[in-house]
Amino acid sequence: MKMNRRDFIKTQAVAAAAATAGISVPAVSSAQAGDDGIRWDKTACRFCGTGCSVLLGVKDGRVVASQGDPDAPVNKGLNCIKGYFLTKIMYGADRLTKPLMRKKNGKFAKDGQFEEVSWDEAFKLMAEKFVAARKAKGPKGIGMFGSGQWTIWEGYAGQKLIKAGFRSNSLEPNARHCMASAVGAFMRGFGIDEPAGCYDDMEAGETFVLWGSNMAEMHPILWSRITNTRLTKPGAQIHVLATFRNRCFELADNGIIFKPQTDLAIANFIANYIIEKGTYNKEFVEKHCHFTKTPTDIGYGLRANDPREKKAKNRAKGKLTKISFEEYAKSVSKYTADYVSELSGVPKEQLIKLAEQYADPKRKVASYWTMGFNQHTRGVWVNGLVYNIHLLMGKISEPGNSPFSLTGQPSACGTAREVGTFTHRLPADLVVKKDAHCKFAEKIWKLPAGTIPRANGKMDGKPQPDISGKPMGKTLIHAVAMHRALHDGVMNCFWVMCNNNLQAAANFNGESWPGWRAKDNFIVVSDPYPTVSAMGADLVLPTAMWAEKEGAYGNSERRTQFWRQQVKAPGEARSDLWQIMEFSKYVKVEDVWPAELIAQKPEYKGKTLYDVLFANGFVNKFPFDGKIKDERGNEYDNDESAHFGYYVQKGLFEEYRRFQWEGPKTGHQQAPFDAYHKARGLRWPVIDGKETLWRFRAGYDPIVRQVKKDAKDGEVYFYGKKDGKANIIFAPYEPAAEPPDDEYDLWLCTGRVLEHWHSGSMTRRVPELYRAMPDAKVYMNKKDARKRRLRNGSKVKIITRRGEVVTRVETRGRNVPQEGLVFIPWFDAGRLVNKLTLDQTDPLSKETDYKKCACKVVKA
Amino acid sequence: MATPLEELGHDALAQKGWLGAYKWLIARRIAQVAIIGLFLLGPLGGVWILKGNLSSSLLLDTVPMVEPITFLQMLAAGAAGITTTTIIGVLIVAVFYALVGGRAYCAWVCPVNMVTDAAAWLRRKLGIKSTSKIPDWARWWMLGAVIVLAMATGSLAYELVNPVSMTHRGLIYGMGAGWAVIVAVFAYDLLIAKHGWCGHLCPMGALYSAIGSYSVVRMRSDNRAACDDCMECFEVCPEPRILPAALKQGQKQGLPPAVLSGLCTNCGRCADICSKDVFAFGLVLPRERMAGPSREGAGRAEDETLKQAP
Amino acid sequence: MAAKTVNRRRFLTTMARTACGVSLFALGLGFYARGSKALPPEYIRPPGALEEEKFLSACTRCGICVRDCPYDILKLAELGRDNAATGTPYFHARSGACEMCEDIPCIPNCPTGALDHSLTDINKARMGLAVVIDQENCIAFQGLRCEVCYNVCPLRGKALSLDYQPNKRSGRHALFIPVVHSDACTGCGLCERACILEREAIKVLPIRLAKGELGHHYRFGWKEKAKHGGALVTPDKEHHFNLPKGVEYDYSTGRIYVKNKPAAPNAPQAAKPKGGAASILNRGIQEAK
Repeated sequence: MKMNRRDFIKTQAVAAAAATAGISVPAVSSAQAGDDGIRWDKTACRFCGTGCSVLLGVKDGRVVASQGDPDAPVNKGLNCIKGYFLTKIMYGADRLTKPLMRKKNGKFAKDGQFEEVSWDEAFKLMAEKFVAARKAKGPKGIGMFGSGQWTIWEGYAGQKLIKAGFRSNSLEPNARHCMASAVGAFMRGFGIDEPAGCYDDMEAGETFVLWGSNMAEMHPILWSRITNTRLTKPGAQIHVLATFRNRCFELADNGIIFKPQTDLAIANFIANYIIEKGTYNKEFVEKHCHFTKTPTDIGYGLRANDPREKKAKNRAKGKLTKISFEEYAKSVSKYTADYVSELSGVPKEQLIKLAEQYADPKRKVASYWTMGFNQHTRGVWVNGLVYNIHLLMGKISEPGNSPFSLTGQPSACGTAREVGTFTHRLPADLVVKKDAHCKFAEKIWKLPAGTIPRANGKMDGKPQPDISGKPMGKTLIHAVAMHRALHDGVMNCFWVMCNNNLQAAANFNGESWPGWRAKDNFIVVSDPYPTVSAMGADLVLPTAMWAEKEGAYGNSERRTQFWRQQVKAPGEARSDLWQIMEFSKYVKVEDVWPAELIAQKPEYKGKTLYDVLFANGFVNKFPFDGKIKDERGNEYDNDESAHFGYYVQKGLFEEYRRFQWEGPKTGHQQAPFDAYHKARGLRWPVIDGKETLWRFRAGYDPIVRQVKKDAKDGEVYFYGKKDGKANIIFAPYEPAAEPPDDEYDLWLCTGRVLEHWHSGSMTRRVPELYRAMPDAKVYMNKKDARKRRLRNGSKVKIITRRGEVVTRVETRGRNVPQEGLVFIPWFDAGRLVNKLTLDQTDPLSKETDYKKCACKVVKA
Repeated sequence: MATPLEELGHDALAQKGWLGAYKWLIARRIAQVAIIGLFLLGPLGGVWILKGNLSSSLLLDTVPMVEPITFLQMLAAGAAGITTTTIIGVLIVAVFYALVGGRAYCAWVCPVNMVTDAAAWLRRKLGIKSTSKIPDWARWWMLGAVIVLAMATGSLAYELVNPVSMTHRGLIYGMGAGWAVIVAVFAYDLLIAKHGWCGHLCPMGALYSAIGSYSVVRMRSDNRAACDDCMECFEVCPEPRILPAALKQGQKQGLPPAVLSGLCTNCGRCADICSKDVFAFGLVLPRERMAGPSREGAGRAEDETLKQAP
Repeated sequence: MAAKTVNRRRFLTTMARTACGVSLFALGLGFYARGSKALPPEYIRPPGALEEEKFLSACTRCGICVRDCPYDILKLAELGRDNAATGTPYFHARSGACEMCEDIPCIPNCPTGALDHSLTDINKARMGLAVVIDQENCIAFQGLRCEVCYNVCPLRGKALSLDYQPNKRSGRHALFIPVVHSDACTGCGLCERACILEREAIKVLPIRLAKGELGHHYRFGWKEKAKHGGALVTPDKEHHFNLPKGVEYDYSTGRIYVKNKPAAPNAPQAAKPKGGAASILNRGIQEAK
């Protein structure tokens, strides 16, 4: 950008004038030269699961501008405040540009200082450590912790590397902390993951019920849509249930504050109310539902030696038992308005007002929930209880009637769930528990049968051979268990990618930190910035982020969106995809596979995992001629394809698509690779180029007629289940793991705020967002503050049985907790809120409950 | 006989040693720096002994102090905002200085003193003799102007440029272009008029001299018989015309052996420089003061002496 | 004799020169003082500050308020660097706004009444008035979800509220328009500080600049009625109309409707979703277009 003398003087004068007025004018804006020469292209927003489309403007190899995509149906050109600053997230001053290894005297040392190393040195050490741990400790000796922010192909490549390459099921995404309960309930209820409805329900619905979702802040653009419907549609209502008054209450027709954990009782009350009123949809229930119940007293996902776990009768059990409608009705009959009002602290009138919305057959009701439901020691249960209500009324799978679980990450659905980067899953809803599913995956991946470890370590009833020489045993290990395994020395190598798990995981002091820093453990963190996790690592790999690579995300409403690589990553930073694939060159089949397995495919002898997994004749069959071109003639880099010599992303996506189209589970079909670069996202299943808005209903969902040929238009068929019937699952109210007592007298609830996303590693590097919300304060009810002689702004210590955090009190903030509860957001790396939290999980979904533990707050 | 300028202070140094020849000067510098230090101890060290600045301050978060000239301007500007605290504060300050010598403020507290002392020292070193003839009563006109300005503008107008409060505030809170004012005072004293600012123009000095007219702590000259007319004290005194009344001249007129004028800053330089130890701090009680001629008479006597001085 | 005349002449000259000098000094300072009286609009006095004219006569420039501010946002104006009267306390909201401490620690130690000691409820402070000054660039007016000013407002909902409006452009989103209410805004400037634009779209201005004034003769009827708790004059009598049988007329809304006609049946649920749902959906898409 050239500036002539006059311009320069003018700029200086402006700056001088601004300086005297105390306003700083950034150099970029004062030298704005118009939009000439900017290349615009579409991307998906890097933040939440809403999936707003954003146009990025690139000039001279740098993202210089952005705009909400006016043609995107989700956001119609709008953004939230985080999306507004997307251009800044890649340009933090402290981007990592070289691999960093802890070293002493020129050699790796756990207690060494970080030194710059080459990728080659980094991968050599990694390979050595990972292979050794895998050999010595079996499949659980190593682990990879991925992300719902991985692009689809990154998740898919990670899946292949760990499950097929290393023959380990120790692969988890951070979505375990986020969506696992929703998944659990989908699988139990419908036999297939992800919502039946879509965002169009927000215009089609009449009543919107938010269960544990602060949509106003966490899904800002979706809240904007619901607000519009509330404003423009006569009779539209919003009901909000939460444990503290949040921004959603401002528009709520019925704002319900309940005591933590009693949402279980409230949902059951509604079911009971519906049955008592007799308005439930008898025909629908008879034709499309089973009544079942789930084992109770299942513990809290704590370590086995915890007294609460020892006491639990049915620890982690979830096998459903069929019951009759009458039994179900009897089970919920205990949840009367009086009982539930007493238990939850919610006035009866409010409960009834809410229940009436569901019970009225004429009203279209959409229920939304996020972490309030999912991060819940009874998360699967409570998700299911809301499905029960919708199923009883038949309010599902049609416009406006929609139980809908919203995701918090841009590709929690697209990557973590659809690709299945969980310990127990394979792509397209397949699971490692099922031999047939594994065999199918092995076929697609051209692997010897038995390569993928089965959940129980047995194929066809026989133990699978292992490089360790020992039987594989049980191979599943979920996120929280991974940290426990690191802590206990069961797992020795851990690769964290695209998330900030050390800041995000519960019980920092007790589990994660000691595990990460244990002297025998080798922790690799791939990160664009020096995050808390990077600080806890032994090897830090600099990572290309978001628009520095070609990517694909899948949002909450099953919409898959692609983008091209817009700019190059700084220095030696490389994408997660490159890292996974390049690293696989450093491991030989013989390092990780037993001879019996290799004997099945002698052609793999002496090959690297890269040869077997990626240069397998399918992934590498799409040519790359050096540049990606769009239909307008613009050219884009694709650093991965340039490095590996073929169109990597296309190869991986097309191989992944075979799981959807040829696999044993139908319903996840996506369009061919190229279609996505042309569209503003497509909602799967995409059959014959047509998207699906509402699933499980003939006419809307073409899969129904694939499964049930004679289905009439409008007929519902839950094809995820063999008999097409969904499960109504009774689950009772059960208390939380760590309710307040005399000493720790407050509930501690953690969460997010509008301005920052998750651990703040991106948004806290945007000065404007930092200024708008600099530090995490603890939101407290004025009465609670007064009782402790605290006032707004007082410095306090929040103490739990596990740790303490010093912060300031906020009594007049946007969130107003009920008496007896405090709320603190966890974005602030300076205040590690997870020093406080308890590593409790839903025993079924293994998802952490960050919303409920006991704390006390004292003056600091 | 009068000591040549280049030998100024040699006798005192020889007779009393370094410490004896500079003890009051050192004490004053310590006091001046300590006061600024005490104001800075709060913001820098978290120990709150003095808060605010000389315009008004809070001692140990309880005792208020208010600068008399500020108070006078407030009164003139319309008396808005004067509270009991303000009055208590100004009384504390006024009574204190009325007792210890009004212009003790100038010598022991005022930060500009260091600037003008430096100018005077350099003036001697460079042998600058020329001085513009400003009458030393100009300060009373200045004081008048300050009050009239406050009345006319309805604001503490003089505080916009007051070098004293600006320097002090600048040292504690940030100077801005206040340096220019300090440099101006220094240059004025160095190049234009000897003791130009403190001795002739500063309205605060004028006000403090009025406050301290009958102060008890004074420079006594009980030993004035020993004076050998070396005139060194006249050279270092910021207000030299007040000295004769305390020395042999005053003795002839039957005046008490002390510097009685309110213009005396109690700086102690005369005591330091005198090799005969003519001067020493002491008390002058009203009784003794009454014994001598009236203050006006003394003043006239001073004027006369000055005119007779070579 | 001659010496005496010379002396007198010298005395008179000195006198005149001094008078001249002092007058010039006073004149210059007087004009400077006049000039420094208007506080620039971006400077905000601490809570409880008297109106500017009086403040300049009451503030001793001691900076005790600066010391007592726990958030260190107050500054004393420096000569030449700041445009406020030298030595007087102010803050600049964009770089550091008043956090509105409940105990207002900046006031009690003020040695004069420059900061009004009778102000004990910070919500009653009137340091200025926030104004959403640039509605073209404020991203909330365009439908983006920002609301940072609203979120940081210590009197959220009272001093700054959101006006929800449909976003006609997008057809499916809402606008969350920030609206300041002068009866509650203290002018703390937290909104100005937090505004995420390059240059803030919401600014705290002196009330004299920020507020308009209604014609002294005029009253808003509905507000007067509300204040009065009913009609100011004799209440309206009941009206009767000539209407065909079965037709009713609602005088207050001006709507005509036919009595006893059953309401249009709601589209049947679940059984026939296709027509209804599709039409709703299509409508949404068309509206969006």
